[in-house]
Amino acid sequence: MSLVIQKGTSLRADAMQRLKKNRAAVLGLYCLGLIVLCCLVLPFTPILKDPNAQSLVDQNLAPGAKYWFGTDNLGRDIFSRVFYGGRISIAVAVLTTLVAATIGVTYGAISGYVGNKVDAVMMRVVDVLYGMPFLIVVILFGRVLEKQTAKWSQWVVDLFTAADATPAKINDVRTAVEPLVMMAPLFIAIGALSWLTISRIVRAQVLSVKKLEFVEAARSLGLSHTKILFRHILPNCVGPIIIYTTLTIPGIMLFEAVLSFLGLGLKPPNSSWGVLIQGGADLMLTNPWSLVFPSVFFSLTLLSLNFIGDGLRDAFDPKSSKD
Amino acid sequence: MFQKLFHRLLQGIVVLIVLFTITFFLCRALPGGPFVSEKALPEHVKALMMERDGYNKPVYEQYFMRLGNLMRGDAGLSTRLSGRPVNDVIAQSFPVSFQLGCISMLLALVVGIPAGVIAAWKKNMSIDFIVMTLAMLGLCLPSFVVGPILAEMVGRRWKLLPAMGWEPTNVITWLLPMVTLGMVYAAYLARLTRSGMLDVLSQDFVRTARAKGVPMHRILIKHCLRGGLVPAAAYLGPAFAGIISGSLVIELVFQIPGLGRHFVKAIETNDVNVIMGIVLLYGGLVVLGNILSDFLILWLNPRARAQS
Repeated sequence: MSLVIQKGTSLRADAMQRLKKNRAAVLGLYCLGLIVLCCLVLPFTPILKDPNAQSLVDQNLAPGAKYWFGTDNLGRDIFSRVFYGGRISIAVAVLTTLVAATIGVTYGAISGYVGNKVDAVMMRVVDVLYGMPFLIVVILFGRVLEKQTAKWSQWVVDLFTAADATPAKINDVRTAVEPLVMMAPLFIAIGALSWLTISRIVRAQVLSVKKLEFVEAARSLGLSHTKILFRHILPNCVGPIIIYTTLTIPGIMLFEAVLSFLGLGLKPPNSSWGVLIQGGADLMLTNPWSLVFPSVFFSLTLLSLNFIGDGLRDAFDPKSSKD
Repeated sequence: MFQKLFHRLLQGIVVLIVLFTITFFLCRALPGGPFVSEKALPEHVKALMMERDGYNKPVYEQYFMRLGNLMRGDAGLSTRLSGRPVNDVIAQSFPVSFQLGCISMLLALVVGIPAGVIAAWKKNMSIDFIVMTLAMLGLCLPSFVVGPILAEMVGRRWKLLPAMGWEPTNVITWLLPMVTLGMVYAAYLARLTRSGMLDVLSQDFVRTARAKGVPMHRILIKHCLRGGLVPAAAYLGPAFAGIISGSLVIELVFQIPGLGRHFVKAIETNDVNVIMGIVLLYGGLVVLGNILSDFLILWLNPRARAQS
């Protein structure tokens, strides 16, 4: 008679198992991976034409052999515009989420760890910020930061050029740097205002983790508060942080696209999916392709992110049983 | 109950003052100063306008002056619309925006909540799958994609409904904007209602009721609906805020003469008085929406009432 030893599985392994069984989440993961890969890799290959190259002959073309997704009213290749735009949309979403997650995690962790009156005050602040018309404050904030971009890009240019560089060289650097710096107000403004949910989640987690014995042990060993909080407590909150960060990304992408659609977000030559959709909406009647392709890629990305986020939440949910 | 109401109102006032402070300083920092226009203004006109709006006073005096004026309900004069009172601008265009917001919210409730209840009832059956797929699509098809497509196809190609414009008494002109704006929130509400209902349906008293032979529709409506609606009610506050700012986009797409257009224009031309007026109006509405949503939860959930 043989003895069957069942191996114990960690919480994380269990969750991954559940995630793999969730078909929608897996599909979302593949789909998102493919889109991100295309957006990252294709611009470096000769497959994509210059997204801003105009052509007087090939205007408003339907998809065909030469232009896979057709062209817009200025004869620009929609195929390459979609992937260049996707790169910017994804970059903005990721950077903004990083800003939001950093603020949210730090704020929530401190609030939960210190507790008592500090916690009460910090959470009232979050309550107050929750009651604001977001879009509108973000628009205003972004406008104010725009003024600073000239200063920032000068600063970045100085960083990358030698003191005795020729004007032509400086100009080269400037054209490379400027589009990136122009995006900064957008993600700072959105990020500075979308950390609220994450901070609440992290606070609740920290509150429950800080009562556990190992924290007591760490304290009796004489570790500093910062070390206990950031080395011992926070690593135990990683699950929820990842889940809610994933769930934040689609909201932020939507936000960026709405701003760009209103003409208050990214400015040319930066063209995110939001900018492309706005352009496409204007051409809808004569040239539906210029709306369809950016919209499809944008919606697919949102759909994948939502599926992945939902899947992660279901997988890590302690209520779901081990089966 | 009254204590709770008082507490919430107080918090609402704090929110508005913070919002006022933030907008005040953001407006001061707007690139280009308060009087940018395409034509350069003569110096003496500019000086007079600075005088009129109190820009030559110390900042703290300006702050309290503006706060006082706004509290009295006087939002000052618009610079872009050559001195038209902001109150006028708001009185003229706000009713349209408000109407749009209200009927979209209504649509979201009327579609979203029954859909969620049905999906929870028929859990894991094809109708649940269909409803949830539709809800997911609703979340991922942003209104600025759906709006132009609807306007173009339904409005211009098939000529079924007017593609743009808004008449306060003509229901037909409401339909497309209402559907475009309400859809996303209907989708959210359906998802929240479904999960809320599923939570309640898995509780013991439901099993008891079923064992007693209470028909399913009665269990759903009499026993579960109230508890199952709590997550949806909690979402109403944020949804209200979202619909209010979402109407900016919809108004642009369907060319509706609401506040959204004024706001976008005011931002582009640094029309500070209009910006402040609209921001605080919207802020007040969001605060009200949140208070209403809180009280709805108290009414729905006796346990929350006992705690407060």
